[in-house]
Amino acid sequence: MFRRLREAAPALRFRFDGEPLTGVPGDTIAAALLASGRLALRKSVVGGEPRAPYCMMGVCFECLVEVDGVANRQACLTPLTDGMEVRSQSGARTIRPAAGQEP
Amino acid sequence: MSGPSLETASALASRYEAVVIGAGPAGLTAAARLAEGGASTLLLDENPAPGGQIYRSIEAAGAGDLRRLGPDYAHGRAVAERFRASGAAYAPRATVWDVGPATGPVAGGAADRASTSNRLVSLTLGGAGRAIEAGHVILATGAIERPMPFPGWTLPGVMTAGAAQIALKTAGLVPTGRVIVAGCGPLLYLLTSQLLDAGAEIAAVLDTTPRGNWLRAAPHAPGFLASAYMGKGLKLLRTVRTRTRVIGGVTALATEGTGALRAVRYGTGSGKGALEADLLLVHQGVVPNANFSNAIGCAHHFDEAQRAFVPDLDDWFASSLDGVSIPGDGGGIAGAAAAEVSGEIAALGALRRLGRLGEAPAMEAALPLRRRWKSLQRGRAFLDRLYAPSPAFLAPPDDDTIVCRCEEVRAGAVREAIGLGVAGPNQLKTFLRCGMGPCQGRFCAGTVTEMIAAGRGESPAAVGTYRLRAPVKPVRLSELASFPETPEAVLAVTGSHSTDRIEPLSTGDMQ
Repeated sequence: MFRRLREAAPALRFRFDGEPLTGVPGDTIAAALLASGRLALRKSVVGGEPRAPYCMMGVCFECLVEVDGVANRQACLTPLTDGMEVRSQSGARTIRPAAGQEP
Repeated sequence: MSGPSLETASALASRYEAVVIGAGPAGLTAAARLAEGGASTLLLDENPAPGGQIYRSIEAAGAGDLRRLGPDYAHGRAVAERFRASGAAYAPRATVWDVGPATGPVAGGAADRASTSNRLVSLTLGGAGRAIEAGHVILATGAIERPMPFPGWTLPGVMTAGAAQIALKTAGLVPTGRVIVAGCGPLLYLLTSQLLDAGAEIAAVLDTTPRGNWLRAAPHAPGFLASAYMGKGLKLLRTVRTRTRVIGGVTALATEGTGALRAVRYGTGSGKGALEADLLLVHQGVVPNANFSNAIGCAHHFDEAQRAFVPDLDDWFASSLDGVSIPGDGGGIAGAAAAEVSGEIAALGALRRLGRLGEAPAMEAALPLRRRWKSLQRGRAFLDRLYAPSPAFLAPPDDDTIVCRCEEVRAGAVREAIGLGVAGPNQLKTFLRCGMGPCQGRFCAGTVTEMIAAGRGESPAAVGTYRLRAPVKPVRLSELASFPETPEAVLAVTGSHSTDRIEPLSTGDMQ
């Protein structure tokens, strides 16, 4: 799908849907996922169709992912950091009570 | 030299004389000129490093990157260096979501209170929200790629050409497998050439430039022949044509594949074809990123040559809103070199308005810049007409084509609503939720206007576009809840000036 022009030693470890992957400093989450061969990052909110990063500049919102428990982050604008837990989103988000605030 | 980057909302001052939004050529130059002129200046940008899209990752680029991406890209280094040396404050990774009138008492004292034209800039930085005052706001939000809808453009494996270029500039990512590039416009050929140089296998370029465009562009050829674009443009076309297959006159596109792209089907006036593909990169020009200027109430008009709504601007690139200027591509597509010049002119205008520069010296400094800006427009009229998108990709004829990617509204539904006499783009939102997803109409506004215009036989100018509202980017409740508790905020929420501590409400993951 994509290869890296510069072979840098992978220095950042992260997980996507639980699977361990690596990236390099300077990557956004979206770039690290593209370099790891992950294209579809979510299922659309109405039809449940697979969607992939489209504009890579924060305009299209196709790359929304959950990052360290926070939903709807733009993967193309979020720099990758070591140990990130990234999860794909399937369909529309639901509102969950914050920890310790369950009714 | 500029200090360290500001990383938290609380690190910002409560007021700056000038706040610049966007760190591309226009924003960087405007911020540098304002700071050089003595104004306290803050540059806010959504990306982690200066450069905007055109000079993405310019500070981190190595010699190989600069060689591969060419001298026009390498020039961004000087633009970023000037900004870094100017002393302007810089907050990267900041999302600005509103610019409103500043009301209520102003921290700066009586002189500020007398000025009704202060602006209140609302933003999120480091996970917290904040509103700061600005004597003048420079909106340098640049351009976005014009959406290019066709059946299957939402399939993974389809991206914009700009997206591929950003992946190349920021992460050195080069597409593998069979790549097809489709659409029209100068960037299409520039990207193809850059990807070929980086070792990508471009199976074909499907050029959708309508054949009749050459006739419409021809009267503007003299300006183009005298411009810097010509030599560069012809060289690019020649390079691409000798290194890959170019199929011209493409009038229809569609993708095949389940879950991922497998093939691209295309039609020309004389026939049809299909090509196996792993990646399809599409592009049909850029338009001003006018969501912000629209949402805060700047007046706009429809520019027929650019086929887009652009803000009304005066000689200083000042908008219809006092204290808001829009230099660069956000004020009308003119390219990076012109953006730099217009950023400088807008800064002079702002310094003049802020009382930092007299009328005569401002006019004197602006004169050679205006001349240069004008010379940089040479050739633009020709390019606008030559690369005017095909009507089939402005108002998609196939009913199954998705128009609104977020809410998955298809062309058939939009046409049905037009047939029922929908009053315009805003009522269409109410009918279909078209334009009401997280991208806030950025990827369907143009298509909806074109479809209504085509359906009614009216001009896009008569149809208009979405009326947008702040926040222009999604905001989390926790970001709003983290606003400083000012006496005015306490009064607004509780109805009294009581200073008793209010227990914060729970703020979960809601957006």
